[in-house]
Amino acid sequence: MQPSLPSHHPLLGPDTAILAAQQQSASASFFHNQRTNTAHQDANSNAVLAPASGAMPFTVAPPQAHAPFDAGALAFDAAITNAPPGAPNKHTTYPYVTGTSVLAIKYKDGIMMAADTLGAYGATKRYKSISRIVPAAPTTLVGAGGEISDFQYISKLLTELNDNDVIRDDGVVLKPREVFAYLQRVMYNRRNKFDPLWNSLVVGGVDQATGEAFLGTCSMIGVSYTDSHVATGFGNHLARPLFRNEQRDDMTEQEARALLEKALRVCYYRDKNSINKFVIGTVTKESGMKVSEPFSLSTEWGYDAFVHPTKHALGSW
Amino acid sequence: MFRNAYDTDVTTWSPTGRLHQVEYAMEAVKQGSAAVGLRSKTHVVLAALKRAPSELASFQQKIHELDAHCGVALSGLTADGRVLCRYMRGECLNHRFVYESPLAVSRLVSRVADRSQVCTHRSYKRPYGVGMLVAGVDATGPRLFQTDPSGNAYEYVAQAMGARSQAARTYLERTFETYADATVDALCQHALFALKESAQDNELTTKNCSLGIAGMGDDGRFKLLDGEALKPYLDKLAADDGGAQPMDT
Amino acid sequence: MSTWSPYDMNGGTCVAVAGADYCIVAADTRLSTGFSILTREHTKVVTLSDACVLASAGFEGDRKQLHKVLGMRQQVFAHNHGGKPMSCPAMAQMLSNTLYFKRFFPYYTFNLLGGLDKSGKGAVYTYDAIGSYERTGYACQGSGQALIMPVLDNQLKSASPLLYPPVSSATPLTEAQAVDLVKDCFATAGERDIYTGDAVEIVVINRNGVRRETMPLKLD
Repeated sequence: MQPSLPSHHPLLGPDTAILAAQQQSASASFFHNQRTNTAHQDANSNAVLAPASGAMPFTVAPPQAHAPFDAGALAFDAAITNAPPGAPNKHTTYPYVTGTSVLAIKYKDGIMMAADTLGAYGATKRYKSISRIVPAAPTTLVGAGGEISDFQYISKLLTELNDNDVIRDDGVVLKPREVFAYLQRVMYNRRNKFDPLWNSLVVGGVDQATGEAFLGTCSMIGVSYTDSHVATGFGNHLARPLFRNEQRDDMTEQEARALLEKALRVCYYRDKNSINKFVIGTVTKESGMKVSEPFSLSTEWGYDAFVHPTKHALGSW
Repeated sequence: MFRNAYDTDVTTWSPTGRLHQVEYAMEAVKQGSAAVGLRSKTHVVLAALKRAPSELASFQQKIHELDAHCGVALSGLTADGRVLCRYMRGECLNHRFVYESPLAVSRLVSRVADRSQVCTHRSYKRPYGVGMLVAGVDATGPRLFQTDPSGNAYEYVAQAMGARSQAARTYLERTFETYADATVDALCQHALFALKESAQDNELTTKNCSLGIAGMGDDGRFKLLDGEALKPYLDKLAADDGGAQPMDT
Repeated sequence: MSTWSPYDMNGGTCVAVAGADYCIVAADTRLSTGFSILTREHTKVVTLSDACVLASAGFEGDRKQLHKVLGMRQQVFAHNHGGKPMSCPAMAQMLSNTLYFKRFFPYYTFNLLGGLDKSGKGAVYTYDAIGSYERTGYACQGSGQALIMPVLDNQLKSASPLLYPPVSSATPLTEAQAVDLVKDCFATAGERDIYTGDAVEIVVINRNGVRRETMPLKLD
């Protein structure tokens, strides 16, 4: 039996159906899609049926980046895998392996984007070399915070899109703002199905024809905007105030790099779900697109209060 | 053309390796009123002759806008053309919706070509009886393509199709080398002159022809000129006519 | 445990004023979520045709989709009608239908549609999220509505819709006066409403076409 792809438009790619999305939501049938995969049922017919979760598909966990390990989650998984025929479909309700902030700024030659390489399982530093900044088109980088597996699925969509351009070899390539527009529709259409891709995305790049730099961001429910500097997650609180003060569109590469490192350092000090292993990606009109090798920043933990935390708290141990 | 044993449906080969039904569809294109297209480095222009079924009737529409950046001229079964036109508009619109940018003309053309090809490959289908000159401007510059019922699509600097289009083509072949650096107005004059070669009685009026223009710069919009808007172009054509070289067709 | 929501409230205020031969549609450019400002220059206003401008506050994801869907339908209408754009009253009805179609999973947007009607008179249409709408002489929607609406009522009080014979609801102000009033309204709302600020984008529609101007507001 064919797996059913979600609204795969034959020409525009997956998750882009426009009218179809409305038709589906009009029928409201997505709450009670019958399971038709009999092979799937057979494979699970001997399994012990866990009690079906009483929660509706949209009564779900909070969108927090630091989901604690939750034994309930396993029961929830069992409820999905062992759901009896005719049970409502279940969707992503909270992230498992997550990436934290992505930071990006415009500068004189183009854009610069930074993130750490951690994939955290709740509070566990589970994967330490995950690339969360990937090339999406000849002059476009996409960075992501949130669920890593969802981002890897998004990367696959983008790779397919770009491969199509490469295969045709007709001089038509995706521009940053096209990638951005596409991703907005993907994110928004998935939220319409109550099956979100649990990510905050950053799209940055340079239009090859005009040399114009582009920077935009999109959340998992489709809230999107463009600006001279963007940051996802904690970065919005920790890094953007720095950007507001110091970022200029005409700053040099050295200045831009110094600003990003300063912001990364602040994020690393304050965000417990981050590690001191970063990558920086740049897109410029002259030298194209680069994502650096992972590097560390110097840090200072020798402050008196860190070394002697109880020094001024007399009577404590 | 006349009937033979191998033309009862599209999927039957003749022993000489031809698909007669598809070739008949191509004949329909040749019988449609003529259309001309040509391009420079910055602009692409379409011109087409319009027919009216009788003195009392209105003229058919021959050039259609597909999207802000491109348009199409049709020859053959106008009704089939309208269907393909609606399909192409849909493709342009969907692309704009998802990517917020115009669909590249070459991509648009290959999609209609693929659609036409399917009709040559199924016993229960009929090939579209229409040829199209698709003109537009995208990130790669001004582009001009011709499609036909067989599912082929070719790119041109200048091309004419439809009834008596050989006369127009002869003119285009003679002058195409000057098009690259020509102004929009010069392109329009070339297009109308070529079209005139194919017109009945060699006469163009504001009623029986139309112009489509797409260009880089200005606002980049595809412009459709009909009726009175054509008057300055036709006046200029008449004025220049005295000096133009006589064509042997 | 809180619940995932398909909605967010990104704030924003829209004001529209209709005059005898003009219409003004304005909205601020701040995009917020909770206590954070996401960006300070984000347009909420879309020009759908020469005679039709739409401004929407609320959830940015829905706003974007709604504006794109309407733009696309307007394009289809133009294709089917020989290039003629949709009239403002027709667009008003279509917006209502579009919102009502999603009656049970609504677009969380607060919409104002402004333009010129067939006689060239200013027209303002005000909506709720599920498609109820009304033509008025002026209107305000979004996070600053409660602050601005009383000012508009006080300054522009138009004739009662109950009067017979009907009296035009268009404001008696000149275009320039009305633009000034709109600017004052936004400056005022920006003082108290944290979701209104940064800049106000003012779109004026008259027989000469559509004109856009921007006035800075406080950034706090």
